[in-house]
Amino acid sequence: MNRLINVLLAAEDPTVSHHWLYPEIGEIIYGGLAAVIVIGGIVKFAGPTIVKSFRARTERIQKELDDAANAKVTADADAQGIRAALGDIAAERTRILADADAQAAAVLTEGRARIAAEVADLEAKADSDLAAARGRNTDELRAEIAMLASRATPIVVQRTLNDQTKSELVESFIQSVGASR
Amino acid sequence: MSNVKVEAYARALFEIAQAEGSLDRVEDELFRVARAFESNDQLRATLTDTTIPAERRQQVIEQLLGGKASATTVQLVSVVVTSGQVRELPAIIDALVKRAAGEKQQEIAEVRSAIPLSDDQQQRLAAALTKVTGKPVNLKVVVDESVLGGLVAVVGDEVIDDTVRTRLEQLKTRI
Repeated sequence: MNRLINVLLAAEDPTVSHHWLYPEIGEIIYGGLAAVIVIGGIVKFAGPTIVKSFRARTERIQKELDDAANAKVTADADAQGIRAALGDIAAERTRILADADAQAAAVLTEGRARIAAEVADLEAKADSDLAAARGRNTDELRAEIAMLASRATPIVVQRTLNDQTKSELVESFIQSVGASR
Repeated sequence: MSNVKVEAYARALFEIAQAEGSLDRVEDELFRVARAFESNDQLRATLTDTTIPAERRQQVIEQLLGGKASATTVQLVSVVVTSGQVRELPAIIDALVKRAAGEKQQEIAEVRSAIPLSDDQQQRLAAALTKVTGKPVNLKVVVDESVLGGLVAVVGDEVIDDTVRTRLEQLKTRI
């Protein structure tokens, strides 16, 4: 008890401390009470706000986590869709390429057939033109030969017709007429 | 000239020749004159030229026929020329020849040859044509070098053509 009184007495002198490390008893008591009061006040008045704040933060974080999960699900769905779309695109590309190949083959076939027909027509026309030209040339040559022959024949005949031949022709005429009936 | 006029001239010439007693010769000579008139453009132009006096044309006739034909033939041709009917000379003479042949119941056979025919050839030819036509023929031979060779005989409507010219024409057609 004395010791406690001494401490209390000593505490009356703020410039004197009974231990270099420990505070004075009174200081501990007052300090403790003040701390309790302050903490109690804090707990009483700031606690709900803090709790509410923490709860809101928790909810916000939970919400963000949920959003993230939803976003992940949506992203997975989109990714699935995109993958599916990619598959469709590949199939469409394959189909388009197949259609293009088919069309190209059809165009090629049609073009070959058309070109073949045109070539056949051209060949036929060329043959016809050649035949016509050959016919014209033959006709012209024949006409030329006929003209030359018709000009040359009387000349040759007249040169070969002497009086003896003419007399023989007269005799031939008389005999043939006399023998006709 | 109308056929009546041609026949009138032909009958007149025929009667004159007959009266002279030289019908056969005159007929034959006139036939040759007619063929010469047809084939000789210069002769035909001279005789039909009315700007030339008739006397001058008559002289041409006499120069051409003098010594080659009988006087009757020359006179008959001169009559036709001076009468202005020279364009109808071949028709008149043909009518005369036809009349003479009819008188003798003959058919006129006009024969064209590139060379003159001998008497023997003419006789054999007349006989052959008579055989063919069934009538006696009065052969009139015309030397026509355009036939080139062979003979062509016209008896009435019948034509027997075996001339080189015709054969050449046929050959030309065939070519």
